[in-house]
Amino acid sequence: MSTVSDYRKREESITMSTESAGMGETHELLTLNFGPHHPATHGVLRLLVTLEGEILRDVKPIIGYVHTGIEKTAEDKSYWKVIPVVERMDYLSYYFNAMAYCGAVETLLGIEVPPRAQYLRVIHLELNRIMSHLVWLGTSALDLGAMSMFWYCFRERETILDLFEMSSGQRMHTRYFQIGGVIEDIPAGFAKKLQAFLDEMPSRADQYADLLEKNEILLSRLRDTCIVDQETLLGLGVTGPLLRAAGNPWDLRKAAPYSSYDHFDFKVPVGSVGDNYDRFRVRHAELYESVKIIQQALNGLPEGPHIVDDRKVALPPRHELATSMEALIHHFKLVTEGFRVPEGECYYAIEAPRGELGCFVRADGSAKPARVHMRDPSFINLQATAPMVKDAYIADFIATLAMVDPVLGGVDR
Amino acid sequence: MPDQSGLEAIAEELRGADPASVLGTTHANGRAEIQIEPSANTAVLERLRDRGYSFLASLHGVDYYPHEPRLGVVYELLDMTEVDRISVKARVSTESPQIASVVSMWPGADFPEREVYDMFGVEFTGHPDLRRILMPEDYEGFPQRRDFPVGGEPVLFTYNERDGYGADR
Repeated sequence: MSTVSDYRKREESITMSTESAGMGETHELLTLNFGPHHPATHGVLRLLVTLEGEILRDVKPIIGYVHTGIEKTAEDKSYWKVIPVVERMDYLSYYFNAMAYCGAVETLLGIEVPPRAQYLRVIHLELNRIMSHLVWLGTSALDLGAMSMFWYCFRERETILDLFEMSSGQRMHTRYFQIGGVIEDIPAGFAKKLQAFLDEMPSRADQYADLLEKNEILLSRLRDTCIVDQETLLGLGVTGPLLRAAGNPWDLRKAAPYSSYDHFDFKVPVGSVGDNYDRFRVRHAELYESVKIIQQALNGLPEGPHIVDDRKVALPPRHELATSMEALIHHFKLVTEGFRVPEGECYYAIEAPRGELGCFVRADGSAKPARVHMRDPSFINLQATAPMVKDAYIADFIATLAMVDPVLGGVDR
Repeated sequence: MPDQSGLEAIAEELRGADPASVLGTTHANGRAEIQIEPSANTAVLERLRDRGYSFLASLHGVDYYPHEPRLGVVYELLDMTEVDRISVKARVSTESPQIASVVSMWPGADFPEREVYDMFGVEFTGHPDLRRILMPEDYEGFPQRRDFPVGGEPVLFTYNERDGYGADR
């Protein structure tokens, strides 16, 4: 398989034949490339589609165009320096990537994260979920011809990015989550600005629903299209809103709560049919639930430290460096070598906007992880595209791809 | 995650069906793991699936260099009714990195197995379409192996474009 001629031979495993259709002399199957550069693929995704007229008979995703070897890069960095690189995997849910990774390392270290840090994490995770769903909603609506939705969604997204900037200094890839907690407490004025957003968001979500749900074109394009039952989805490993749209209420925030999610009262939206409309409704309903969670976390935000008080893991506060020699040594050791993690393996799974995001970390006792693997929901869920769109119209295929919501940074890592 | 005794009970049950299938168990860091003989992977996974661990949450590879056998294939199983996780690990050597594919049991194992093949060179026998998935099809080597260097990849510019991948096409 290493030579080019072998490569050519393998390429022939993709069926391009027109024979199996048995359509006589006037009809034939058309196999063509969809992407990798196509606005409806939401990234650099290439799909090899086999068409019979306007009906899709087969689809093969071909991925790897934005593979950057992040998992390999992570093996060459000390534990806390891995956070910025894993955040860049699924570039729409960076807090989740950081959470899964930090959770895995914290489990290996046996660290208990302070309650305030857990609540701050929940606030940022849920803001990120809203942000990710807004990007999905805006671009999906754009695919279906609803141009203005895009601008409305990105207006609210902007408010969230401003909040991220306020708490961490960056709008994307914030590196806010650290092993043992969060890098800084929220600044003065953050709570007020967040409250203003929380007051506004539900009415904005209502507006989205008014714009889309009363739109005959959108409804007829989403309703009863590309239905897949939950048994098939479970076999394919699909989780998240796609599985919930098919009627399975699996949500790790409820099933196996992490980071104090069991303190909050929220519902898990579930679909009944499993069509594109349900996939749309489930994600839309999650916007309200996330707002509810953030509101509860903000109201009940406990007092206390925002990061664990273990100087061997977390950086000492800046002011201590001027007065304490020990703090200076700790700071120096952490920044140069990092901390060592005892030998072991951990798989830490959380509920990301697209499903189960699991991080597998193997520690070999050194200051660098021996293996970091992300089970990215986009990568797994992409396999469900083929069963969803088989024998559907190509227009429904565009809608389905939008509803699957793959983020190619997460698919290719 | 089953507790220590629960894990032992599961391992005993698997040993009862095939004494050579289970090599050991580990219970640490909130993770219950069964190490198995690679040739018994489908039988063990089938038994665990029928026991309730019916969802394959993740399948990934690990390189244990310098320990032998070097390559590990890890199956993270999930029981959605009991909300319970169990990990199954099979170790294969780099000389004969073969293990049976589980795509027939979980169609969702298709992409992950291709990724493990791509990154570690583990060959999944019975996989319907075992090709590279993330790296270019004509790529040489298995980049996630621990002895594969970081940074050895030449960047293609105009002056060296003829030396790069696919230049002879």
